[in-house]
Amino acid sequence: MNSDTLNNFVGVSSEHNSTVITARDLVKKFDDFEAVRGVSFSINRGECFGLLGPNGAGKTSIVKMIYGFSPVTSGELQIFGRDVAGGARQIKSQIGVVPQEDNLDPELSVKENLIIYAGYFRLKKDEARKRADEILEFMELSDKADTEVSKLSGGLKRRLTMGRALINSPDLIILDEPTTGLDPYARHLLWQRLRRLRDSGTTMLLTTHYLEEASQLCDRLVILHRGKILEEGAPQELIDLHVGKEVMEIEVRAEWRKIILEIAGNLIKDHHILGDSLLLFTNRGKELAEQVPLKAAVMNIPLFYSRLRPSNLEDVFLKLTGETLEGKGSLEGKESGSFEEN
Amino acid sequence: MAALKKIRRLLKGLFTAPDISWPLVGRVFYRNFKVFRKTWKTNIMFHFIEPVLYLWAMGFGLGVYVTDIQGLPYIQFLAAGLVASSTMFAVSYEMTYDSFTRMNYHKTFHAMVATPVGMDDVVMGEMIFGTFKGLLYGGVFFSVTFLFGLVQSPFALLLPVPLILLALTFSVLSLIWTSVAPSYDSFGYFFTLFISPMFLFSGVFFPVESLPAGVRYVAWATPLFHAVEVVRPLILGKLTTAMLVHLGVLTAFALLPLRVPLVMVKNRLIN
Repeated sequence: MNSDTLNNFVGVSSEHNSTVITARDLVKKFDDFEAVRGVSFSINRGECFGLLGPNGAGKTSIVKMIYGFSPVTSGELQIFGRDVAGGARQIKSQIGVVPQEDNLDPELSVKENLIIYAGYFRLKKDEARKRADEILEFMELSDKADTEVSKLSGGLKRRLTMGRALINSPDLIILDEPTTGLDPYARHLLWQRLRRLRDSGTTMLLTTHYLEEASQLCDRLVILHRGKILEEGAPQELIDLHVGKEVMEIEVRAEWRKIILEIAGNLIKDHHILGDSLLLFTNRGKELAEQVPLKAAVMNIPLFYSRLRPSNLEDVFLKLTGETLEGKGSLEGKESGSFEEN
Repeated sequence: MAALKKIRRLLKGLFTAPDISWPLVGRVFYRNFKVFRKTWKTNIMFHFIEPVLYLWAMGFGLGVYVTDIQGLPYIQFLAAGLVASSTMFAVSYEMTYDSFTRMNYHKTFHAMVATPVGMDDVVMGEMIFGTFKGLLYGGVFFSVTFLFGLVQSPFALLLPVPLILLALTFSVLSLIWTSVAPSYDSFGYFFTLFISPMFLFSGVFFPVESLPAGVRYVAWATPLFHAVEVVRPLILGKLTTAMLVHLGVLTAFALLPLRVPLVMVKNRLIN
């Protein structure tokens, strides 16, 4: 499909005001649990904005407030310049939602799912059919059009769920953990489609706990941890700022760590201990990779393992929180609270 | 205290006006109807065979011994009651097991609410679909009684009026239960504690006058009783003014609690 047809079915043009979502001091409380604790961010038209954080960070709570499934406890939340509490119907007519769990109609065929869903946006029948065909083609589902959804694989269901979110030519697409539980092939296929949507100017809000997903797709993101924003910026910007270009992972007995750090000296930006490993964050990876093993050998320090790799968002998160995105604590490898998010 | 708090939360907004868009309610109904059209063949047999078995077993079997009930052959008395109870059962199954599946397993409600459809539209669409299904199954059983030659009067054409009211009542009651049901298992209680006793003691199998004086008035508190008291005279062509009273009570049963399932389902899902 060329980009002209694409533009046809996502709403990229029309309005010119540049802010799509504004959240100010947003709070969400459930009984005695505070899932979102004063979060502020804004999303500009045409950008792909990410909420990155482990399970339980408050990502889903935030997106549920945006599409009206969860009332705001306090703070301000505006979408397309409208307050979310008063303008739910109008707002929802302009957004497309890809929820965390598939909620397709399992008894209906792929195409029927799209047409029924189009009805919720009050699309006319002919228009719904036409759009359904376009979407089936875009998501490479045309040959499955008449297959009953309950007979589809997980990957195909996800593709349909994503396609369904495009039915109303949305001005904003919300994707809540869109590729969780998919195999790598299915994941890459979805990413390709999302990149095409992004490149054609669609505004997207993506929640994820996959750093790769965030760095592949997001123009800008916030890192969420226990209901609060720790950092905000472009993925590469955050990496450069907090951890530098590369990371050297070294496995060495605990008593030697201090000496290794002394050897590394000012070659490193910072360090972190993750389980049995010592992570050295650096902008001078090549020098570091030469110096450390050499000097360790001279001093008779046995290195069980060492490697240099490019740094990534996971390292940023680790440095900021002391935890991994999968919810593992760093010190003494202890498990930290990974609580389920509804 | 905790229970009270929970109830209060579930009923939050009870006295506010619902936010309903009728065209979208129609879309919700249409969605269920579309799915129903795929499954009706297996579905209809299940709801249809049971009352026919009752009619045979009780009507022909018991009918040999009970030759005269309110001046009628037993099978005639029974058939009219079973038209009403078929409606009740069809609605109650749809609005418990099936609604629960849409609400908690297929997450159909969640999918719809992410569009301009609101939760009030969803629940209203569900109740109208339940009412439609009840009317349909009542109608199917009615055609059986017709084929058995048990319909005596053209007034039977008015049956949709009491059946729609009855079906709407049970849509409302069943959805209230569904909105608080933690699992499928809890529907066993609903059917054992409410639906089956109503089926047995609301004048379907025998006139409630046969019950002991103290218990007799309990029947008055059940919607099925009032429906039976309207349906039977319509089928037999024996109209009385008392029917209007029953129709009035049935209307009250259908309309007064109508707001309750709307708030309860919403408060259960949206928090």
